[in-house]
Parts: sequence; C-alpha cells; structure tokens
Amino acid sequence: MSTPHDSHQELSVSGGQAQPPARFENPGLHEHKPRQADVDPRVTKRVERQVLLLLTLSILGTIAVVWAYFALPPGDTVGSMRLSNLVLGVGLAVCLLGIGIGGNYYIKLLMSNREYVEERHEIRSSDETREIAVQMLKDGGEDSGLTRRGAIIGAGVTALALFPLSLLVPLIGNVGEDWNVRKFKHTIWKKGTRLATDPTGRPIKASDVTIGDVWHVIPESLEDLHEGKLDEKAKAVVLLVRLDPRDLKSDQSPEGETWSHDGIVAYSKICTHVGCPVALYEQQTHHLLCPCHQSTFDVADSCKVVFGPAKRPLPQLPITVDDEGYLVAQGDFAEPIGPSFWERATK
Amino acid sequence: MKALAARRHDRRAPALLLLLALLLVGAVYAVVAPSSAQAATKTATADDIAAGEKLFQANCSTCHGPSAAGTDSAPSLIGVGAAAVDFQVGTGRMPMQMSGPQAQAKPVQFTDEQIAQLAAYVASLGAGPSIPTSEMVDPALGDSASGMALFRTNCAMCHNAIGAGGALSQGKFAPNLWGTTPTHLYEAMLTGPQSMPVFNDANLTPEEKRDIIAFIDEQGNGSPGGLDLGSLGPVSEGLWAWVVGLGLLLGLSVWIGAKSS
Amino acid sequence: MSDLKTAPSRGAKAAGATADYLDQRTGVGNAVKFFARKVFPDHWSFFLGEIALYSFVTLLISGVFLTLFFVPSMAETHYEGPWPSMNGVEMSEAFSSTLRLSFEVRGGLLMRQIHHWAALIFMASIVVHMFRVFFTGAFRKPREINWVVGFVLLILGLAAGFSGYSLPDDVLSGNGLRITDGVVKAIPIIGSYLSYFIFGGEFPGTDLIPRLFTVHILLVPGLILALIGLHLFLMVMHKHTQYPGSGRSNTNVVGYPALPAYAGKLLFNFFVVFGVIALMAGTMSINPVWNYGPYDPSPVSAGAQPDWYMLFLEGSLRLMPGGTEIMLGSYTLSLNVIIPAMIVPGILFTLLGAYPFIEAFATGDKSEHHVLDRPRNRPFRTAFGVSLLVAFGILVLAGSNDLIATHFHMSINDITWAFRVLIFVGPWLAFLITKRICLGLQRKDRELVLHGHETGRIVRYASGEYIEVHKPLDAHERWLRVQHEAIRPLEIEPAEDSRGVRRKGYKADRLRQRLSQLFYEDRVEPVTPAELAAAHAAHGHHDDHAVETPHGVPAQVGAGAPASETAADERNH
Repeated sequence: MSTPHDSHQELSVSGGQAQPPARFENPGLHEHKPRQADVDPRVTKRVERQVLLLLTLSILGTIAVVWAYFALPPGDTVGSMRLSNLVLGVGLAVCLLGIGIGGNYYIKLLMSNREYVEERHEIRSSDETREIAVQMLKDGGEDSGLTRRGAIIGAGVTALALFPLSLLVPLIGNVGEDWNVRKFKHTIWKKGTRLATDPTGRPIKASDVTIGDVWHVIPESLEDLHEGKLDEKAKAVVLLVRLDPRDLKSDQSPEGETWSHDGIVAYSKICTHVGCPVALYEQQTHHLLCPCHQSTFDVADSCKVVFGPAKRPLPQLPITVDDEGYLVAQGDFAEPIGPSFWERATK
Repeated sequence: MKALAARRHDRRAPALLLLLALLLVGAVYAVVAPSSAQAATKTATADDIAAGEKLFQANCSTCHGPSAAGTDSAPSLIGVGAAAVDFQVGTGRMPMQMSGPQAQAKPVQFTDEQIAQLAAYVASLGAGPSIPTSEMVDPALGDSASGMALFRTNCAMCHNAIGAGGALSQGKFAPNLWGTTPTHLYEAMLTGPQSMPVFNDANLTPEEKRDIIAFIDEQGNGSPGGLDLGSLGPVSEGLWAWVVGLGLLLGLSVWIGAKSS
Repeated sequence: MSDLKTAPSRGAKAAGATADYLDQRTGVGNAVKFFARKVFPDHWSFFLGEIALYSFVTLLISGVFLTLFFVPSMAETHYEGPWPSMNGVEMSEAFSSTLRLSFEVRGGLLMRQIHHWAALIFMASIVVHMFRVFFTGAFRKPREINWVVGFVLLILGLAAGFSGYSLPDDVLSGNGLRITDGVVKAIPIIGSYLSYFIFGGEFPGTDLIPRLFTVHILLVPGLILALIGLHLFLMVMHKHTQYPGSGRSNTNVVGYPALPAYAGKLLFNFFVVFGVIALMAGTMSINPVWNYGPYDPSPVSAGAQPDWYMLFLEGSLRLMPGGTEIMLGSYTLSLNVIIPAMIVPGILFTLLGAYPFIEAFATGDKSEHHVLDRPRNRPFRTAFGVSLLVAFGILVLAGSNDLIATHFHMSINDITWAFRVLIFVGPWLAFLITKRICLGLQRKDRELVLHGHETGRIVRYASGEYIEVHKPLDAHERWLRVQHEAIRPLEIEPAEDSRGVRRKGYKADRLRQRLSQLFYEDRVEPVTPAELAAAHAAHGHHDDHAVETPHGVPAQVGAGAPASETAADERNH
C-alpha cells in the first residue's frame, strides 16, 4: 500500500509549481467571542446572584467558626473533639472557598476576558549596554588600585576563605558532644545484669518462659539510670524467645561457651540494616521480621538473614540463670549492635 | 404520639412488632450467650465431653488425628486448653476450609453450645489455658494508658499502632483487632494462635491483658480529627492527599482556567 | 485599585491623596505602571505553581499558630489531660505539648491537621508543577536557572517536611529518625561522626528536637521564602511562557492583563487552596500521634512509613538485597544502605535537576524559547520524564509493599521480588511505550492536517467508488499541529580535515552527536504547505493512499527512522 519515494518527489515538485511557503503561517489571534453573560442580561443577573450567594456563604462560614469556637469546645470525649474540629474546619473551608470560588466565578463570567498581546524583548542586554558595563567594571577595578597589588589580593582572598573557620570550628566542635563514637560498640549489659520485661521492668525467671513465647526485654539496670536512659535503651533492647531445643539449629555461641539457656535465646532487637526494632516474631517459622524494611532473621538458626536488605545476623546476648532462677546476661554483646558503620569491626 | 397511635392499626404493624421482638431476643441472646458458654466450660459435664468428642471425631480428626495427637498437617491439641478451642472455633478459623498461609477468620461453623462441648473435650485431654471469665476481659475494668504502653511494645509491630492489622512474611498477616470480642482477644494472647507468639501470664499478667483489651476497646470511638482513613499511617494519608486534595485542586484549576462560554 | 473609578468622589479624593503621598516617597507609580497591565498567559496548568505557593502560605499561617503552643524540648514530663490512654505516661515536652495542642487548644487540632495536609499538598503540587514545566519544555533557555531554583525548592521542601514530621517526637517519626541515623552511619569514614554531629552524641540524645525545630521554623522556611522570591522574580522578568496557538509566538505574550483578571485570580486562588486544605483538615484525620505514643526506642508499629514524599527512599531501602554489604579490611562498607539511600536517589535527582542542560547540549540550540512544546512533539523528553516518574512510582509502591500485601492478599516477599525486577524493567518499558505513543500522536496530527476530520458522510461517485468526506481543518486548528520545529540530530564536521589530519575535539563532538541522535533520531516532521497542497491534489483524484510522505527528510537520517515509517502508514479513506 505504500508509495515509492520517487512518486512522492514528483508530487512535491508538481506541488511546488505554485511555490507554497516552506512553513505554515501563524493565523493570528482567534476572533473575540462574547460570552453569554456579556450579551444576555438575564445570565448576567443570575451570575451576580450566584456570586452574592457565595460571598454570603463565606460570611456565614466565618460566623460559624466564631460560634463554634465558643459553643463547641473540644471537651473530653473523642466525639466532642471531632465535632469541634469538624465545625471549625468546615466553617473555615466555607468561609475561604466562598471567597475563592465566588471571586473566580465573577472573574470568569463578568470581568472582561479580552486577550491582550504584549511584545517580548530579548533577555540579554544590548551590545552597547554590555560594552558600557564592561567598561564600568574595568574603571572600577582601576579605581580600586588592586589590579596592581597582587599580594593584597592574595592575602585578601585567603583571609576571606579562612574566615568561616572562625565560626565553623566552634560550631562543629560543640554540636557533636564528646565525639566518642566508640560508644556505639558498648551497651549497659554486664555480667549478671538481670533481664527484665519492657516496659514494666519485672525480672524474668527462666521457668516462666515457655515455648512459643516472645519477651521484649530491657536490662534491669536501665531503671537506675538517670541520664541518657533512652540512649542506652536504644542499644540494649533484646528479644527473648524459647524454642523447643530440637528446633534450635544453632546459635552464635563460640566453641566451648553456651550463650543460650535450655532453648531460651536472646537477640538484640535492633536491626543490623538501619536500626529499626525488629520485633515481628512469627512463632511457627521462628522468623523475626522487621516492619520497616522487611529484613527477616531466623531465630532458630543464629538469627541469620533469610530475606531483605540486612546483611548480618542480629547479635546474640549471652545469657544464663542466676541462683534465684532469674535470667541474667553473661556480659555485653560480643559485637556492636544495630546498623553497620565504618569502624564497626575495628578494635 | 398521635401519628404513632394512628399507625397502630396499620396492616404492617404486626410485622413490625415481630421484627422488634426478634431484635430484642437477638440482643438478649447476644448479652447472655457468652456467659452461658463460660458457664458450660466451668461446669463441663461428662455429657459435654462426650458430645464434644463426637463433634471432634466428625469435624476435626481428619487433620488433628483421631486422638487429637496431631498429624503432619495439623498440630497436637493435647494441652492447648479450652481457650485455644474457643478462639479458633469461635472466630471461625477452625475448621479450616482450605490450606493457605494461615487460617482466616470466617463465619463460625458451630453453635456456642457445640463450641463449649468441643472446648470441654479438648480441655479434658490435658491441662491448658481455660476460657477467661467476663470479669477478666471487661474493658471497663482495664487501664488503657497501661494497655497502650504494653500494646505498643508487644503488639503494635504486627497489628499496627492501634490494631488495624499488618503484613507478615510470605502472605501471612496480623489481622485487624477492632471487631474481635474481648474474650477472643484474651484467648489469642494466652494461646498464641498460628504465627502469633504466646503471651503467658508471667509475660503479660491477666490484669495487663485486660489493660490491653481496654486500649483496643477505646479505638472503637474513632479519631478526634475526623475520618480515620483506615488508621494505616502516612501511606494512606498520602494517597488521600493526592486523591482528594490534589484531585479537588486540579479540578478547580481546570474550572478556573477554562474559558466560559 | 479598580474601585478608584467607581468610588464616590470623597473616597476617590482620599485614595488619590494616599496614592500621591506614597508615590512621592516610594515612586510606587512606576511599579504600578510596570505591573498593572502586564500580560499573563492563562491556562489551568499555570495554577499548579500557585497551588504550591499558596499551600506554602497556608503552612506559614498555620505554622505560626503551632509555634505558639509547641514546646521544642526533649525534657521528660508526665501527661495529664483528656486523652485517657496517655494519662500519666512519661513523655517529652514536645510530645506532651503536641497532645495539649491537639486536645485542649481550641482549633489546635484543626491547625495541626491544616499544617500537615498543607505539607502533603505542598510537595504534591511542587512535583506536579515541576513535571508540567518538564513536559512542556518550559525549562529551556532562558529559564534554565529558574528550573534549578525550582529544583532546589523541591529539595528544601523535602527538608522542611522531614524536619517537621519528626518534631512531635512520637514513635513513628522517631523510628524514621532512627533509620536516618542508620543511613548516616553507613556513610564511609565520616558516617559515625556525622551521626554525632546531627544528634549531639548518641541517638536519640536530647538535642535533636530543638535542633530540628530551628531547622524547621527558621533555616528552611527562610531559604524557601528567599528562593520563592527569586523564582517569582525570574518568572516576571522572563514573562510567562505560553502554550502554542493562534496568534502566539516566541516574540509575544498573549493573555490577560495583571489588573484586574490576573491579579484577581491570583488573590482568589489563595482562598481556594486554603479552603480545600481546611476542608480536608476538618474532615480527615492526619498524623494522629496519640496512636503512636511518645518516642521510645523499643516499640515500632506495622505500617512504619514516612510521609509520601519520602516513601521512595523507604522503597529503595526495602528493595535492596542485603548481600551487598562488604568489608574493606576491617572497615565496613554498607553498600546495602549506601546504594538505595544515596546513589539511587542521587541518580534520579541529578538527572531531573540537570535535564535542561543535558537537553540543551544534545539539541545544540542557543535561542530563546517562550512557546511551550506539546509533549508529543518531543518524544524523547516526554518518554524520559515518564520513565523517571515510573521509577519514582515503583519506589513509592515498594515503600508501601506491606499495605499492598495486606490489601491484596499477596506475599510481601513476592511483591518485593516483583519490584526488584520492575525497578529495572519498568522505566525502560515506560520509555519505549511513551515514545511510541508520542510518535503515534504526531502521526495522527499529520493525518488530521493532511486529510481533515472524518465526517462519517459516505459519498458515491459516478464511477461507483465510495469515499468518506473529510472536513479540512481550519487555519487555527491546523496551526496548533504544524507550528513546532522538528529538531534533527546534529551534524558534525568530519574527523579529518581535507589534509587527513585528525581534528581536535572530534571525540567530544562525536559524543554530542550520539546524544543528539538518541534524542532526535526518531521523529515525525510537521506538515508543510507543499505537502498539504499535494494531499489536496491527491484527494482530488482520490486514487491513492499514501501521499503523506514527509517533506524534507534529510539524507543523513537512516532508513529506520519513523519519518519513512510515516510513508508506510496505512490510512483509510
């Protein structure tokens, strides 16, 4: 169905006899057409009434807001709070939209809608202006006398470049407190610290932990802290789970040590990805899921990553029981908890 | 009142009365029924256990085994207690209709009496958690502030901040909690159905469980800010900002920009 | 000003006296003369920027209200108030004052909700406005700098939103901050120190809320205000662009004078935007922090996500497989965080910000442009913009994968895998499809110009032949479809001069040509008068299907170019 190129060329040549221009020409502005409201007085009247109505609504809206402020306090119940918010909000909306829509409606239908044409001018300044400008700059430079004094320019630029340091050094020096980033590597877990329930702080007896449980755990010593409680809690939170010893494939205990107690294992709750609390424990699969980015860890197998963006297993808290049967830590975590950082694995 | 009097002789009046009566009976039943179910478990008779065993053999033994000791496809029910049965059967999760990532709540398959009999039978197989009394689950007796603190540490990561539900891995999910009865909430915490871990009475004391129930119960009042948009957090807020907010504004922009005729 | 004329004479006198007083001291007459009848083109899409501007004004108004009641402090306190589930709970002053603001200050909850909805609308309208500018080519010379200003405003908007979102010190935003901390720590070498710099020590510390408060109410809004000023100044100086159409050209502006219509709309649109936001705030709950509770590092809730404009980062983090964290000796390089949180957004944003310069380089065009492009007439640009949006959209959806999983009963793991594939395939497919659609639409334009509208009227000729009568386009309709220039790939000087010496800078030129070919190889040229005449002549004979081969196809264009495809296009009578 396609036509070969030559025939087309023939056509163009034959079309070229009348010498049509290379491009179409701009046909110029549309003819201005009057609106209904411009010609029909009944429409005009109707629009005027509608605008008046909208503006009246706006006035009523403001009155409603002021009335609601006094008559509808938020009160003590969810219902009264919602009613107060609703009436204030809808009143405000009516007040504003009455003006906004009414005004725009007036402009659309009653204000002149004749289009105007304005010429554009090139943004750049004329050559003449440019020349003058360049000359002015030259004259200015000349007058300053700096062009001949290289040393002063050099010293001046250096002084200006250095000046921000006088502000930045005290600023940066102060904002980072003591800059001791080694704190990332330690938590308040110590040998013998009892494991306690979060947030109630009850110490946990090993015998109370049953298979299929999950316990959200804080160190009992957290309660004694007066300062930086949240900072320490942010690192120390632990998840405690008891597995059927047959299900427990492995944990992170090194040779010759036992970090779990009778199927009870404790792992840091802070994700090794970017630090969300990994708290979704699926009892049947023994998987721990992070609700932020869905890293999934297998509690039955050393908390290794089975899915998602985390790389490293959650660090295990070595635990044992004390004389009274309470679960206690054997010491701090063996490695830094939480997200990776540059110096994480350094000594 | 006059209008009402006039309507009394309406032909539809008997039908209306009947409907009202039915509603009343239904309401009374709804109030009375749960406590009668508890009464049944407390005083489970040998008859109940026998009836429960029959029901079990007919409906549950295919998966859980004739002696309820479990098979490859379903766990043992020895020692799960009456609470587990009341939750699983009472929310329609059991009997399971088809295998899937998890058993889902659906219309309940048994009457309250039958559930009580099943529970009695399973409870007779081995000691396990029993169904809580109505006092143990009464939201009015709980402290919602304590419940909130416990809920957000122990429950919110799966069930969302106020119980709207959330996703677990591999197609499983933590269900919305707003329509669940206080008794079932309590039983779920106590028995840890399916993916959910167990919260025994040492972990969350019975009073703490009731506090949590009080907190969930409070969520029924809705949000003070207006429509709660599913209480799903910033994603649904963002969606509504685009759909309603930007939708309205773009619509109005087109209206403002359109030439009038 | 317009009531000057209609006011009674006493009022007019007073107004005149005031004007005289002001003018003698400020020369305001010059400004009025300059602005009053300045012409502004009108189109609904030109209001998108206004929506952004007015939602910002709404933010300022509601924000001032909030600052009067909000206490930016992380000091511990216990809440006592009407919200039962918070009674007696230990929390920061910031959280407790947010509760007081919401429940006890009359209208406080409304203002909070107005502020938050306005923030979401602000960012949404910036994005929509930006892509209007992108797809219509409004960023071309002389407006590249204004594009960059707008781009910086977008980034500042993100900063404003993020810093404000975290102020109430609730669990949801606190976990957002913790993720931020994790991302910052992943930065090689300085990461740990940067984390200390931000939090004033270890996370969460006690400095952050006051610091964010300063950033949120002083630094960022100050910069935004200044840049909005510059943005608008440049807009007025350049005079607004206009859509192509009859009577409009690169050397004129067609539209309504500032006074009264444009200024009126400018004023009333503020009320419209504020009104819609107030309506949302009155009826729809947003960021109910009392549901999340005061910040505590232990809890987290399902649906832990940032506001929509940060969701792409969340999605990006969710998609990245974890195996990419590597060790360099004893140092840890968390590529599983750096790539999704910095490199991917870095690429997307750099492409967006630098696009005007990339396009200008490929086009080799140095002239001013004031008439907008119809998106179909720039297939590469349109396809590129759509694929950027698709990439962004996939990341946003990936950031919502848990909600998709629960609402559509799917496995979150499967969704994540699907998005891991889609993030590579989706933008590419979107590019190809969009480009095809643009070229198709251009061909349809040619078709219309050459053959007119189908009328549905069938006529039988004496010869027995049936044809459908086509109604030719009028000059205005036609102009819209033929006014654009079809840009052709750049031609460069050969590598060697006449004496066979390799010329300097050939490689750079070759790169530029390659880029230019990528942009403009596939194109459809607008109909010329000669082609139309030929088509009409052919219609006279109605003997032939294909008279629409484009005119002036340069020889260097390959045979694969759609220019020749057009010729092969089949067409019905």
